Amino acid sequence: MTNIRKAFLPVLGGVLAGAMLFTSVAQAEVVFHRGNTGEPETLDPHRTSTTYEAHILHDLLEGLVVQSAEGIVVGGAADRWEISEDGKSYTFHIRENAKWSNGEPVTAGDFEYSLRRILTPETAAKYANILYPIANAEQVNTGDVLPTELGVEAVDDDTLRITLNVATPFFLELLTHQTGLPVYPPAVEEFGDDFVKPENLVTNGAFKLEEVVPQAQIKAVRNEFYWDNGNVQLDTVYYYPTEDRAAALRRFQAGELHVNNDVPQDQVRWMRDNLEGQFKASPRLGTYYYALDTRDPAMSDPKVRQALSMAIDREYIVEEITGAGQVPAYSFVPPGTNNYGEPAIADYATQSMLDREERAIALLAEAGFGADNPLTIEIRYNTSENHKQVALAIADMWKPLGVEVTLLNTDVATHYAYLRDGGEFQVARAGWIGDYNDAQNFLFMVESDNEGFNYAKYDNPEYDALMDEAAATIDLEKRADILRQAETLFMRDLPFVPIYHYANLELVSDKIEGWEQNLQGRHLARYVKIKE
Amino acid sequence: MLSYAVRRLLGAIPTVFVIITISFFMMRLAPGGPFNLERPLPANILRNLNAVYNLDKPLLMQFFIYLQNLVHGNFGPSMVYRDLSVAEIIGSGLPVSIQFGGAALLLALVVGACFGSYAALKQNSMSDYSVMIVAMVGITIPNFVMAPLMQLVFGVELDWLPVGGWGEGALANKVMPVIALALPQVAVVARLTRGSLIEVLRANHVRTARAKGLPERIVLWRHSLRAALLPVVSYLGPAAAALLTGSVVVETIFGVPGVGRFFVQGALNRDYTLVMGTVVLIASFIVLFNLLVDLAYGFLDPKVRYD
Repeated sequence: MTNIRKAFLPVLGGVLAGAMLFTSVAQAEVVFHRGNTGEPETLDPHRTSTTYEAHILHDLLEGLVVQSAEGIVVGGAADRWEISEDGKSYTFHIRENAKWSNGEPVTAGDFEYSLRRILTPETAAKYANILYPIANAEQVNTGDVLPTELGVEAVDDDTLRITLNVATPFFLELLTHQTGLPVYPPAVEEFGDDFVKPENLVTNGAFKLEEVVPQAQIKAVRNEFYWDNGNVQLDTVYYYPTEDRAAALRRFQAGELHVNNDVPQDQVRWMRDNLEGQFKASPRLGTYYYALDTRDPAMSDPKVRQALSMAIDREYIVEEITGAGQVPAYSFVPPGTNNYGEPAIADYATQSMLDREERAIALLAEAGFGADNPLTIEIRYNTSENHKQVALAIADMWKPLGVEVTLLNTDVATHYAYLRDGGEFQVARAGWIGDYNDAQNFLFMVESDNEGFNYAKYDNPEYDALMDEAAATIDLEKRADILRQAETLFMRDLPFVPIYHYANLELVSDKIEGWEQNLQGRHLARYVKIKE
Repeated sequence: MLSYAVRRLLGAIPTVFVIITISFFMMRLAPGGPFNLERPLPANILRNLNAVYNLDKPLLMQFFIYLQNLVHGNFGPSMVYRDLSVAEIIGSGLPVSIQFGGAALLLALVVGACFGSYAALKQNSMSDYSVMIVAMVGITIPNFVMAPLMQLVFGVELDWLPVGGWGEGALANKVMPVIALALPQVAVVARLTRGSLIEVLRANHVRTARAKGLPERIVLWRHSLRAALLPVVSYLGPAAAALLTGSVVVETIFGVPGVGRFFVQGALNRDYTLVMGTVVLIASFIVLFNLLVDLAYGFLDPKVRYD
């Protein structure tokens, strides 16, 4: 059928093609239309950095391990693995029937090649550092040692051994990130950077790449050679860069999209009332926060930081401003994060706003600020209506403490360049979405040697020591305890004031099955089924 | 006339060069860089990226490398869309933008000129007022209001046309974006035509033509409309350059794969090579269309001579 369609397309012309797209003339061909909120910057898994790319790449390529529909780590190209007792050595066994889309078997050597490639300096992989737990990975990435020195070895065609620097309990989680996806070595060798073009790309996931129209759509079709092909219902998947959330909602209403990864925030109420449960909100692995510059004379006092945090009415912000299922944040690590248990919640979480305000005024007075000596604060944020609303609301909440607030907004590139380059500020908005599901991926941000993320310039040797200790602890429960102690310090010192935890906001047609809610909002098309 | 055109084009080279130089250095003054986005990159990684894209070299050297590549027709790789070169981005989007912009321009010219002339001929009548009110509304309602409104009415409610998307380039997918793109231009062209036609209809040569007893049809077509179109044509030059290089609003709302969205994203992402490619392209378009406008004058206005 596909061939007949292909032959006729030029003859029938564009009009009919459009009609066919939406009425699905081909019998029984199951087509999935997915709104993907942004234009992927690349389909090279080693150069990727955005979630839009992740959504496409996880359908095209399959790592050693993958996430189930519910977000749990399960076997992918490898069906089983062993972990050594010291937690430093992982041995993966490649699935017997794992195949590339050209019918060739997937080998341990393909993964060895891929992991070496992503860490080679010339690949200039933006997320290479996510794999730094692998022995020698950082040295390879800085060009100090050759890629062959990397702690990854194909013992034979079916066995891959990965050696780590230190036991990394979340290593399997790390491998589910799109940077752990393999490339087909012969294609990379033959076509160079062009191996990602649809005519050259060889995939080992449930789908293969058919067509890329930049800024319009990406089309993937069933990979007949995929080992679990029998359980895949979809024949074709279209990904659309639906940057305009409101336009995506209209396309969804007209039935042109089955799902969209995001929604127009200002229409949440309308969607709740009118879409009959097709608007889904669920907790997400991310935190919206304000960084407080510990170098600033006023902000350097932990009492001031505590007072400012206490006075923020987070319930008001999530109900009245964001209003779409976000969760008030009284800890930096989002609830439900793996290997962690209950986060270190601030003690004022359960107090009434009136009590908190009183405590905050008292703390500020102890720090020497009050009606006669008011604290003046500038909040920096990147230009966006939502960030502005939140900043205005917080300015209002701080007013009773005698705090005078001014706002300063710049575009997103300027904002983050300023913070990253160590520019001084008082309060700055930022947000963090976890790359992997582990508390460490949140708490590492304010380690004193974290140049890129520690905007607050928080420097607490006790905190650093705890983080180091956690990194060296294999027992998951013990490790969780240590991490929680670190977060307790975090919540006492508040280099970052958590405001709310993000939510996954999605439009999901009621025709769709297998779209389970999970913290990272990751949905592989192989799990999706369309009811008719 | 040919030698005039060649001279004008040669004269444009220094202009474009100055534009390139200024843009190159101005862009580097903007804070941040192509790899400095929401998620800051560790120093190691940034070093690798800068080395690959020559950003670790002195700025002046980077400028010469850029010029050297440009002379060889190489716009360089995009620093953000890493699977594509700037030439590929322009090559895939520009034909689409030209098609959309061209259709919108044609629509604007034909419909706008008709409405404008009609209004001018019925000056101060009810029909004149209603045409001009509609035109005024067309100018004042921006694209980002009109386009969603059209989507809701014709896509969601009436279900006549797809709300958005490219649909393998089907005609049905192009109707709404072209109209949305054309509407404000229709309005401007209508107002310009009406204004200048009214003026021309009162001119001495038209009175003479009428006094000679020429039929009204010839007075209008041969002696009035041609002269009346002069201001419209001067407006069309820059308008065409703007329309043909894409419209970010219409492209984003309808999901049209033109170049407009890449251009705006390029500036926001500090995608240096892409921004430079855009600058060269738009500058050349403006030079070209201004030349075309000047040449068109020769056909419309007998007083204009090229020598």
